Amino acid sequence: MEKVLLKNIDNPDSARIEAYEKSGGYSGLKKAFEMEPKAIIEEVKRSGLRGRGGAGFPTGMKWDFASRDPKFPKYLLCNADEGEPGTFKDRPLLEKRPHLLIEGMIISAYALKAEYGYIYLRGEYPHAKVVLEEAIKEAYERGYLGDNILGKGVKFHLSVHQGAGAYICGEETALIESIEGKRGQPRIKPPFPVNVGAWGMPTVVNNVETLSNIPYIIEIGGEAYSQIGNPECPGPKLFSISCCVEKPGVYELPMGTPLKEIIYEHAGGIKGGRQLKAVIPGGISTPVLTPDKIDCPMDFVNLPKVGSMLGSGAIMVFDDTVCMVKVCWRAIKFFEHESCGKCTPCREGTGWMRSILERIEGGFGREGDIELLQDVAMSIAGKTFCPLGDGAANVVLSFIRSFTEEFDYHIKNKKCITQ
Amino acid sequence: MEFLKEIEEILNRYPDRQGALLPSLYVAQKEYGWLSQESYEAVAQALNLPPATVKGVATFYAMYKHKPMGRHLIQLCTNVACMVMGAERLVDLLKNKYGLEPGGTTEDGRFSLVIMECIGACDKAPAMLVDTDFHADLNEKRIIEILESYK
Ligand SMILES: Cc1cc2nc3c(=O)[nH]c(=O)nc-3n(C[C@H](O)[C@H](O)[C@H](O)COP(=O)(O)O)c2cc1C
Repeated sequence: MEKVLLKNIDNPDSARIEAYEKSGGYSGLKKAFEMEPKAIIEEVKRSGLRGRGGAGFPTGMKWDFASRDPKFPKYLLCNADEGEPGTFKDRPLLEKRPHLLIEGMIISAYALKAEYGYIYLRGEYPHAKVVLEEAIKEAYERGYLGDNILGKGVKFHLSVHQGAGAYICGEETALIESIEGKRGQPRIKPPFPVNVGAWGMPTVVNNVETLSNIPYIIEIGGEAYSQIGNPECPGPKLFSISCCVEKPGVYELPMGTPLKEIIYEHAGGIKGGRQLKAVIPGGISTPVLTPDKIDCPMDFVNLPKVGSMLGSGAIMVFDDTVCMVKVCWRAIKFFEHESCGKCTPCREGTGWMRSILERIEGGFGREGDIELLQDVAMSIAGKTFCPLGDGAANVVLSFIRSFTEEFDYHIKNKKCITQ
Repeated sequence: MEFLKEIEEILNRYPDRQGALLPSLYVAQKEYGWLSQESYEAVAQALNLPPATVKGVATFYAMYKHKPMGRHLIQLCTNVACMVMGAERLVDLLKNKYGLEPGGTTEDGRFSLVIMECIGACDKAPAMLVDTDFHADLNEKRIIEILESYK
């Protein structure tokens, strides 16, 4: 497949505006400005694009809701928090293709009649901040941003808002709180951000990769785009693959590419020719899969059928030398650290799960610990404002379900099955 | 004062004063090295916010520092991918070689170490930031070579 998102990524000047324009960049914007804002939203609906941040919400529908709200000003926020462990797909877009994102944001803002935009960039990407700010400056100089873009009377101002090391700020309502200068704690929904978002105004939050698809949709049309990959959730998709494979990295492939093909063909198979033991398909919050499930197409509709989710498309591969109890413990330690503290089940439950896992891993597990872990997980799932708690519960429940024997062995023998 | 001028510029990008709080805290942290009571108050005054609000927000976020840091800040990832690829050995190494504990600072004030959650470089794990420089594909030999270039 011809690369859309990672096009020209090997060109050392790929982040510069001249190189971007030379390869056809900003032509989608010019085409979009010839269209009515409503027609752009229709085109995005027709494309079938679903959000790449994790939840897979239809982008056109989200835009439609926001554009129907009569309040102004409206805000467009790009979610570049990329905090989900295992995920590093937005990084090449931010560091090497900033103008693709900026073009996507300008088109989106025009369609939504949003006059202000922010890129919420995680604090852990200082290099991306430099690149983005330089690219935004270039875009202002060329008249792509400002009060009267390309002389068409369109106004859109864009800046980078740097996060400060809080995973929860990737959740869209926490992200909004954080942009407003507050603690990043999620808000209850409804009202949804499309009606009551940043500073109480209609707000669209979209992931970096989602917005980076927009220029291409305008260029080739929604109909053609909807034919790429799985027609139920079409488009090119970035998969980040890591841990025990020969060639970890970010791969651009059609949505619906089988997990097995990604692991064995694109990522070169299991490192050192070892045995595959487990795969987390969509970032740490998504349920772990056993090797018998890897024929599954990687997309929003097929992964739920095998008990997991596409999430951010971050594939983590574990071979037979990796201890599943330990991975589970480290994942839960992450959730404990990142729980924002607002909801008791998540704040307290993640800590309890971490401490039980720690004793099992350390050889001090007790009989009944597995049931206890399941009980705590069930007391979190579905009982919190935002899905962070569900993610933590997912991890524990799916690891126990898929690797009960290994947990049992740890508890009974006070050591790991891999030793 | 440079500090106030930078904050004024930041204020232009937000519809209200509190919006400028996170970037202003970064400015203060750069100016003071860490966020002391004095720096909370300076930010509070510049943004016309209660100091308690400023401190309350600042303490929520892991990347604002509430005690003095060493000359160089090492932020090492030990999340799942980095752990699988050997990050724990690097934590032990820093302890043995520099007497550097997670959350601590070396006696000579050269390094501080913070264990960071996923740094988004899982394909090149283990990885770390030293100040704002990114380093990946670390192993015991490489991490020492890199750190020795920070004096
Ligand atoms: C705990 C948590 C963390 C999240 N982190 C991110 C993130 O880092 N990046 C992202 O784009 N979406 C993240 N999301 C999803 C956002 O809430 C939201 O669905 C997304 O930004 C919408 O954009 P999209 O429709 O383009 O996917 C997270 C959600 C949760 C619950």
